[in-house]
Amino acid sequence: MPTYREFLAQIRSELDEIAPPAAAALADDATFVDVRERDEWDVEHIAGAVHVPRGRLESRIEQAAPDRSAPVVVYCESGSRSAFAARTLKELGYEDVRNLAGGIVEWKRRGLPLEASQGLSPEARRRYSRHLLIPEVGEEGQLRLLESKVLLIGAGGLGSPAALYLAAAGVGTLGIVDADAVDETNLQRQILHDTSRLGTPKVASAADRLRALNPDVQVRPFEERLTSENVDRILEEGWDVIVDGADNFPTRYLVNDASVWHRIPVVHGSIFRFEGQVTVFAPREGPCYRCLFPSPPPPELAPSCAEGGVLGVLPGIIGSLQASEALKLALGIGDPLVGRLLLFDALSATFTEVALRRDPACPVCGDAPSITEYIDYVEFCEGVRT
Amino acid sequence: MSLVRIPPTLRAETNGEREVLANGDNVRELLDDLTARFPTLGSQIISDGGIAPFVNVYVDGEDVRTRDGLDTPVEDASTVILLPAMAGGSS
Repeated sequence: MPTYREFLAQIRSELDEIAPPAAAALADDATFVDVRERDEWDVEHIAGAVHVPRGRLESRIEQAAPDRSAPVVVYCESGSRSAFAARTLKELGYEDVRNLAGGIVEWKRRGLPLEASQGLSPEARRRYSRHLLIPEVGEEGQLRLLESKVLLIGAGGLGSPAALYLAAAGVGTLGIVDADAVDETNLQRQILHDTSRLGTPKVASAADRLRALNPDVQVRPFEERLTSENVDRILEEGWDVIVDGADNFPTRYLVNDASVWHRIPVVHGSIFRFEGQVTVFAPREGPCYRCLFPSPPPPELAPSCAEGGVLGVLPGIIGSLQASEALKLALGIGDPLVGRLLLFDALSATFTEVALRRDPACPVCGDAPSITEYIDYVEFCEGVRT
Repeated sequence: MSLVRIPPTLRAETNGEREVLANGDNVRELLDDLTARFPTLGSQIISDGGIAPFVNVYVDGEDVRTRDGLDTPVEDASTVILLPAMAGGSS
C-alpha cells in the first residue's frame, strides 16, 4: 500500500502542472476551479475563479465548466487536494486539466490578482440582522445561505411555507418544479398563491411572490412535471438540498432514486388530514425512502389516494419544519432528521419520533443495488389530490 | 394488551378508531389479533404472509424489520405504530 506522499507523487506525475504566471496568462481562456472549503474560499480566491468544493466536484463541475474540451485550471491551498481533483476531472472526461503548482499560496507570493469574498452589504445586514445575531448563523452563515441552492419539488401545500421561509432567510437560489396552475381549491392552504393568481402557473405565481418578498433570491422555475426524462437535467444544476413536497408516489420514488445517485440530501414531508411526517434522507449517511418503503403500494391500496383532505394549517407546520431542516443542512449546523422520522398529529397536538435505519438490502442505496435506472411508476392518483 | 396506533389512511378499516388495543406476545400474534377483528385491515398491511413492503411497523419507536420482524416481542406497555407510505403534499 502506498503512503499518502507516495500516492500524491504518483498522481502528480500523471498530471499537467502549471506555474502561476503561465496560468495567469490563460486567465481569459481557462476556467479556474477552486476546490477548497467554503471558509477558505471566503478569505480570498483567485479573481474570476469558480468555487466547487472537492466533495461536490463530481455533481457540480458540469454546471461550472460545461465544456469538457475547454482548459481548466484546478487549485487549492498548496496544490495537493487539487491534484486529486484534477485526476477526477480527467476521469470525468475533461481533456485539458492542469493543476496549479503551489496552489493559491504560490499565486499570492507572485503578486497575482486575488479577490476576497464580498461581505454583506449594509442593506443585507439590516434584512438579515436577526440571523446575524445568532452565533450559529452569523455573517459567515448568512453568506453561505445567500450562495446556497435549494430545489423545491412542488409549489403547493408543503412547498408554500417552505419556499416563503427559505426565500425570507436569504437562500440564494430557489428552484421550483411544478406543472400545475393555481386552482381555487388550493387557496385553503397554499399560501404562496392568492385569489388574483387563479389560473396562473404555480411556478410563475410563486416566483413573483418570492421575488417580492426578497429580491436577493434567484428563483429558477421549472414548469414541468418531474419525470425520468427531465430529472437528471434538473438535478444537474447543482442543488445543495431538495425539499420534497410532492403529492404522488411516482414523483416521490423518482426524487429518491435521483437524489441517491446525485448525492443530494432530501427533506421529505408528507401530510394527510390532521397528520404529517418529516425526515431527512441523506445519501450515504442515513436511510433513503426505499429503505423505508422499498416499493410503492399497489394502486388499489394506495392509501394517500383513497380519501383526501387536509387541515389547511397542517402543511404550514410540516412545510415549515422542512424549511428548518433545509436551512440546517445548508448551514451545516445542528442535528438534522437523518435516520429519524418525526410524526405530527394536530388533533392530539403531539410529536412522535421513530427510528429509521439504512437497509443494506435497499434496492437503491444498499450494498448491491438492484435498481440502477429510473422507474416511471404508473400515476395512479391522477385526479385525486390531497 | 398493547396500544396500536392506526394511521389516518387505515382508519376506515378500524371504524374510525385512532388507537386500538390488541393482544399478542409478538408482532405476528398482535397483527393476527388485529386482522381477526378488523378483517379488511389485514389486506392493507400483510402481503405474502409478511409485512407489506409499503408498510412499516414500529414497536416502541423501532422498525420491526431492523429487529426480529414478525417475531419481534411486544410488551403490554408497548406502543405499536402502523405506518403505510403517504404521498400527500403538494397540489
